[in-house]
Amino acid sequence: MISKSDVEHVATLARLELSEEEKELYTKQLSAIMEYFEKLKELDTDDVPPTPHVLPLKNVLREDKPGEQMDSEKALSNAPDREGNYFRVPKIV
Amino acid sequence: MELFQHTANQLHKMLINKEVTCEEIIQSVLNRVEKVDENICSYITVTRDSALEKAREIDKKIINGDEIPPLTGIPVAVKDNMCTENIRTTCSSNILHNYIPPYNATVVERLNDNNAVMIGKTNMDEFAMGSSCENSGFFSTRNPWAQERVPGGSSGGSAAAVAADEAVLGLGSDTGGSVRLPAAFCGIVGMKPTYGAVSRYGLIAFASSLDQIGPFAKDVSDCAWLLSAICGYDPKDSTSVEYNVPDYTTFLNNNVKGFKIGIPKEFMGEGIDEKIKKAIEDSAEKMASLGAEVEETSLPHSEYALAAYYLIAPAEASSNLARYDGVRYGYRAEDVQDVVDMFKKTRSQGFGPEVKRRIMLGTYALSAGYYDAYYNKALKVRTLIKQDFDKAFEKYDLLMSPTNPVLPFRRGEKIDDPLQMYLVDLCTQSVNLAGIPAISLPAGLVEGLPVGLQLMGKPFDEGNILQAAYTFEQNTGYYKNKPSM
Repeated sequence: MISKSDVEHVATLARLELSEEEKELYTKQLSAIMEYFEKLKELDTDDVPPTPHVLPLKNVLREDKPGEQMDSEKALSNAPDREGNYFRVPKIV
Repeated sequence: MELFQHTANQLHKMLINKEVTCEEIIQSVLNRVEKVDENICSYITVTRDSALEKAREIDKKIINGDEIPPLTGIPVAVKDNMCTENIRTTCSSNILHNYIPPYNATVVERLNDNNAVMIGKTNMDEFAMGSSCENSGFFSTRNPWAQERVPGGSSGGSAAAVAADEAVLGLGSDTGGSVRLPAAFCGIVGMKPTYGAVSRYGLIAFASSLDQIGPFAKDVSDCAWLLSAICGYDPKDSTSVEYNVPDYTTFLNNNVKGFKIGIPKEFMGEGIDEKIKKAIEDSAEKMASLGAEVEETSLPHSEYALAAYYLIAPAEASSNLARYDGVRYGYRAEDVQDVVDMFKKTRSQGFGPEVKRRIMLGTYALSAGYYDAYYNKALKVRTLIKQDFDKAFEKYDLLMSPTNPVLPFRRGEKIDDPLQMYLVDLCTQSVNLAGIPAISLPAGLVEGLPVGLQLMGKPFDEGNILQAAYTFEQNTGYYKNKPSM
């Protein structure tokens, strides 16, 4: 069962600001969904390894040589706010 | 017959024989879009001018006697989560409503290399999260077969566009069924390739270990063409696999003799509409009459797939979507106190309800104290699901099932009950968890609405899937059913 304070805590972790209405709704909906997930507990998985990825992933290495680069004007073209060649954000501290 | 009604194969022959120009083809499809899209609502952006310009360039190449690859001049609809240089790419989200990518996704480059012509960017459930295309931040797409019904999701725009002849081919992405389900609901062919077969570079991420781009087409031959064009290793995607991509059209043989096909009983039981079950039983009989050995089998952990999927996918999504912070691109909230306030307001105002729900779900499953109980548990169950498939494929070449457990439902019918909406992906999700390839193709109509047959295969065995699909299609003719619009 998920409580309203769980919802508030998770929203903070996820950097979401929820309205009172959303908090009520998500408390109800997430509880129902998590209850459905309880089903997984029926399975004994103590000796089963997890599969985060289906492929045998390996590090992809290359020589340390510069490749093609995007010019900074293009990279900054979607910036909501900028100053020179930097992204500009509101004050942090 | 109008040009927009043809398949890519037919148009290619007409282009080679100089019976038609590329500009005529593109103009025909653009006219069709103009006529029907106000009802179907497939496209977010129609790239009319660039499509016509490209068509004229291609016509010059044809006159010059240049080589004409199979997709030359073919109109393609592209889901709006694949980056297109200088063309707005929104993911159907208000948080990316103004995003103009400075680069192309690798699949888009591959379309360009093959002289295909993009008609526009199509609607989807926001960030590909949904099964009905109703979670778009902008508008809902309608099913061309019955406009009060949903086209399926999340790639509903591309599927509806192809079904309504607003494009000849389409691209979608499939994380838990997002290509196959809308293909089934719209009565066309859609395929999810093996994980790693198609580059994800430039595909806006939802759940990175499950996402895979796949083709939509009016028939299996066209699907094989588009698949051949988009598969292949890409150094820009670290999960891209190096393998020899066959010419998938060489598998278009009308023969399933000796194919061993299993029907997992779990995909024909609870939750499946009886009438759909009957249609799939008829399909199985057809396959058997064509010479395949068809029998019932079991994937015993199937009933746990949905729960595992809805933990893993939102967990990966909550991490992937952390990048939307209003700093580098996309929407930024105004009137903020400081940077954290900016993050919160930007995300809260920019994301729609289903995206927030999944971010919350994923963040919860990954948070301290719950990681082992939920996320890690789901990954272990994923192992069991994958082992079920491995075991089944020791005995069978292919597995078959319905694609859609229910008929295309009415708009608004499931939108308020997330769990009911999640159950629509019942037959498709385990395929993504296991990373295997699967196709959905028309299996006839039930109450005038399309039903999809799903064929699943071993990793990188798209060829056999296409051969069986082609044989079924040629011997049933279901692909000839078209919506009356």
